[in-house]
Amino acid sequence: MLVTLIRRYSKPYLPQILAVLIFQLASTIATLYLPSLNAKIIDEGVSRGDTDFIWRTGALMLAVAFGQVLTAIAAVYFGARTAMAIGRDLRRSVYRQVSGFSAQDVNRFGAPTLITRGTNDVQQVQMLVLMGLNFMVATPIMCIGGIIMALREDLSLSWLVWVSVPILIAVVGYLVVRLMPLFRSMQKKIDSINGVLREQIIGIRVVRAFVREPYEAKRFGEANRDLTEVSVKIGNLFVLMFPAIGMILHLSTAAVLWFGGQRVDSGDMQVGALTAFLQYLLQILIAVMMGTFMAMMIPRASVCADRIGEVLDVESSIHDPGSPVAPAEKKGRVEFRDVTFKYPGAEAPVLSNISFTAEPGQTLAIIGSTGAGKSTLVSLLPRLYDVASGEVLLDGVPVTELDRADITSRVAAVPQKPYLFSGTIEHNLRFGKTDATEEELWDALETAQAKDFVQEKSSGLNRRVAQGGTNVSGGQRQRLCIARALVTKPKVYLFDDSFSALDVATDSRLRKALREKTQDATVIIVAQRVSTIADADQILVLDNGRIVDRGTHEELLETSPTYQEIVESQLAAEEVA
Amino acid sequence: MSDHRQHYDDDDFVEEEYTPGEADGGMFGDVPAKKAKAFWPSAKRLMGLLKPEGAGVIIVIGLVVVSVVLNVIAPKILGNAMDVIFGGVMGKQLPPGVTQEEFAELMRQQGQGNFADMVAKMELTNGIDFPRLTFLISIVLLMYFVANMFLWAQGWLLNRIVMRVIRKLRDDVQSKLNRLPLDYFDTRQRGDILSRVTNDVDNVQQGLQQAFAQLVSSVLTVLGIIVMMFIVSWELALIALIALPLSGIVAGVIGARSQKLFAAQWKNTGALNGQIEESFSGHDLVKVFGRDADMLERFDERNEALYKASFGAQFVSGVIFPAMNFVSYLAYVGIAVVGGLRVASGSMSLGDATAFIQYSREFTQPLGQIAGMANMLQSGVASAERVFEFLDADEEVKETATGHLPAKTDGHVEFQHVSFSYVADKPLIEDLSFSAEPGHTVAIVGPTGAGKTTLVNLVMRFYELNSGRITLDGVDVKELSRSELRSKVGMVLQDAWLFGGTIYDNIKYGKLDATEEQIMEAAKATYVDRFVRALPDGYQTIIDEEGSNVSAGEKQLITIARAFVSDPSLLILDEATSSVDTRTELLLQKAMAALRTDRTSFVIAHRLSTIRDADTILVMENGKIVEQGNHNELLTLQGAYYSLYMSQFAGEDVEETTVDDSTAVHS
Repeated sequence: MLVTLIRRYSKPYLPQILAVLIFQLASTIATLYLPSLNAKIIDEGVSRGDTDFIWRTGALMLAVAFGQVLTAIAAVYFGARTAMAIGRDLRRSVYRQVSGFSAQDVNRFGAPTLITRGTNDVQQVQMLVLMGLNFMVATPIMCIGGIIMALREDLSLSWLVWVSVPILIAVVGYLVVRLMPLFRSMQKKIDSINGVLREQIIGIRVVRAFVREPYEAKRFGEANRDLTEVSVKIGNLFVLMFPAIGMILHLSTAAVLWFGGQRVDSGDMQVGALTAFLQYLLQILIAVMMGTFMAMMIPRASVCADRIGEVLDVESSIHDPGSPVAPAEKKGRVEFRDVTFKYPGAEAPVLSNISFTAEPGQTLAIIGSTGAGKSTLVSLLPRLYDVASGEVLLDGVPVTELDRADITSRVAAVPQKPYLFSGTIEHNLRFGKTDATEEELWDALETAQAKDFVQEKSSGLNRRVAQGGTNVSGGQRQRLCIARALVTKPKVYLFDDSFSALDVATDSRLRKALREKTQDATVIIVAQRVSTIADADQILVLDNGRIVDRGTHEELLETSPTYQEIVESQLAAEEVA
Repeated sequence: MSDHRQHYDDDDFVEEEYTPGEADGGMFGDVPAKKAKAFWPSAKRLMGLLKPEGAGVIIVIGLVVVSVVLNVIAPKILGNAMDVIFGGVMGKQLPPGVTQEEFAELMRQQGQGNFADMVAKMELTNGIDFPRLTFLISIVLLMYFVANMFLWAQGWLLNRIVMRVIRKLRDDVQSKLNRLPLDYFDTRQRGDILSRVTNDVDNVQQGLQQAFAQLVSSVLTVLGIIVMMFIVSWELALIALIALPLSGIVAGVIGARSQKLFAAQWKNTGALNGQIEESFSGHDLVKVFGRDADMLERFDERNEALYKASFGAQFVSGVIFPAMNFVSYLAYVGIAVVGGLRVASGSMSLGDATAFIQYSREFTQPLGQIAGMANMLQSGVASAERVFEFLDADEEVKETATGHLPAKTDGHVEFQHVSFSYVADKPLIEDLSFSAEPGHTVAIVGPTGAGKTTLVNLVMRFYELNSGRITLDGVDVKELSRSELRSKVGMVLQDAWLFGGTIYDNIKYGKLDATEEQIMEAAKATYVDRFVRALPDGYQTIIDEEGSNVSAGEKQLITIARAFVSDPSLLILDEATSSVDTRTELLLQKAMAALRTDRTSFVIAHRLSTIRDADTILVMENGKIVEQGNHNELLTLQGAYYSLYMSQFAGEDVEETTVDDSTAVHS
């Protein structure tokens, strides 16, 4: 996946990558040229006492060094540019892909992992590309170039290269291969020890209430011991790395001097060539070492690439119609015809054979215990999910044939989990209608019984909201979400248990105000509380995904045992009027 | 990552301002290095952690010194070996029968004064003196061998020392957690505490392990090389030393610039990741309101901004390496030229020149390391400072544990003139007195912020009273050890917290030695069994951090089962059933009634239907008990309780209520 991904996303940047290659090549050649110039100084300058030659070669070396730094910087420039651009493109692809997901697709992955994939994983791949362009290109060039240059200096010493390089690769490779799983295991241990601490902090009241401090301390102590053990193991191997590499480099140096000395003595090699050979060999070995280290990044990035690939490969389960139908009228009539819905992989359907019609100007309520399928039912209209069989119609047209923008312009929903975006209250209220006037916002807040607490603070509409709305209380959050839906003035309102955090008095005031504002609209309310829905025009009683009874409050009190049970659980008998 | 910041109780700690980035730093891990407030004191204290390992540290330093010295001397000896080779080569060029002196004289006469000087100074041999070369190379190899063995030994030892120190630091942090008063956790962002005990400790470990070890050897190496360079040739040493400030300037200028760019990169990353997080978490809403296109546009803008920022940061930081290299090449060229001239003039040997080249190369590497270490050390010290702040935080009042409860507790709780406040000048509970008889159920009702949760928290001694006393079976709770007190109480909290583990283990948490039978019994009584059976993994279902596989109501049921299994003599239920649907709650109440018999219980509930059968109902407003009695008595009073009750049950008929509706039940 990693290769496919990088290949696909680097295509637009081939010229830049080519530039990186060329500049890397140039800078490496310059780097390699320097020792041979140095050798010349010794062989042709020093041993003949030619000071002019020394000066001239010195100037040349300076020019080469200057050229090296310029080309190296140019390579870094194009490398950084390309890698960051690939990261940007990849991130955009993931974002676009997830934006096109249905709720079902999102749930299949779970929002947190999608977030990690879109942020952290992309970053990992991006870093690998950057490192790759900076080092992985330079390393082979340096190796090959170094070998060529070294052989040019003296062919018969080349066996030193063939011996020392494999030994170095073997030693470093062995250590890296042993270390990698340990690093992974250490990361796991760190995660688990941090997890224990995290739980202790978040659940501190529970820990204290149950006097579980000793138990938690023991759990932590074990995790701490595990972590220390792995860390020590890693350390034991890791501290071998540099002495071992150092020893190999120094042994190679000694070998060059010893064997080279004999060749110099027999007149087959010049002294300068000997020093140059020595420097080339060291350069080769260092390049090999860098390359081996860089290779450590590949497995990790490859896991990330796989995870990104999984997201990109998903085909969204919801498709927009090719040629959307424009409905003749836009009143907000909602109809379900024999709708059945099943989550993928689930055995039993969540909803079975649901049929009903909600007329404009009317309130339709859905009640039932948790898990009865109420929320699923209302998310079918804005096409968060698509039905398995049957049809959901909006103004007589199946929602699957409508343009998505057309649906959102007519339907506004208040979800069960009141979610606010970080920003100001104003920013949140305008979410559904960006061009709403301030008057419209206050109007919606008043209806939603939220005007008072917004006004209360001097910051008013500019009050900051944390992500998710966690810095306002549950009741306030729900009312802001209701106001947000009201601002869009839709034809259909969906309230998914949106009054649960309100006390009954506020609930009743809110619904009274709502009724005035939504006279022509279709209102669909999901609720647990009987008082919330007692005055609805039609109540559907849902149990196990089926409509078991339907009617008004009074009718259901007479006819529906399930409804009666619900009512009784909430009101004492004498209060049921 | 789910957001764990939430309200702790009904006393409504709503933060007005939200500063992004401050909270939950965990997710994007690599937060840029922070600066320490007081670097030296914190650094000193960090070093102080190594004190118990004093002997080991001294050995480590000793080993480092020896290995550095050997490493630094070795190139000079290699240089001598080079001289042996060069001398042998030059010696061979002497015409037969001519001595070195004669040859030099000959050259001088031919006008090659320089060359003559060089030849005169050299130790010429006829052919390479191999025994001497072998000797020198063996010495060098031996030196390197010892140096590397010592390097290895010190690494091994240091690793052990650091790990021991860090393990102890982690243990200290953990045990500190248990000694901190709860208001420490209430008044700080959870993300901040978490990052102190996790990320910061990790960071200290890295700082100690890498920075400390390498800093010592790097600094010593640089010093040693400077000394050696001066010994070999002070003129060349000066050239090499010019490179020192030069590379300092390069690193400083580019480094400062790149740090700024990195800060910009992190800021942009934060903003972009924030948006990704939001639009993925609020995916449904984006869909429902048809905002996909706008969000995408905003994303593209930010993505582009991040691209620009990170390109800048990566480019500038990438330049450091070639730039430093260039400086070292300058020194290299300088040494090659000047060294060449000096060798040619006979004032320096070739071996010394090659040794010099090696020195100048080995010189730049530790310099770069020191620069890197300085950053890491700074961030490590900054983290250490934050950990120390945590370790220094005020602890809970020491327990005296002078009193003990009778073997069989009745659960008689009495509040006597209790006053309490979270913030010094904002009294929350004032002069509150009441008594809960053994076996009775006491319900507490009242608007948000009245102090209901606080009241039960005081029974648990989660907070210390300002004045007055609370007794359990006649013993002042202050005189009891916290663990003795709490082990008698079972508490079901407002937010249903479960730890990551199976449902079975979560129930067992209430009583660690509970048998399977007891757990099953508790699960059945609390209706946990019913929904657990429907789960594919049953009791072995793992509750993850998101808790997405069980609903909020089901979580509450599990917490009730957890309290049930602990079999306490005093039971506290704080909004224990708020998320449970009403039909299940009705069933649950019957079970709870069984749980409550023979026990004193405190019940806080928003739904008044939950508490109608309580023996005593306390109606609280603003930290005071305004009414007290059973359901019927309070209704006849037609006071606060009556209005509360009417507002809930008569619904629309009552428009004006005393309920403060600004904040309602917690989700």
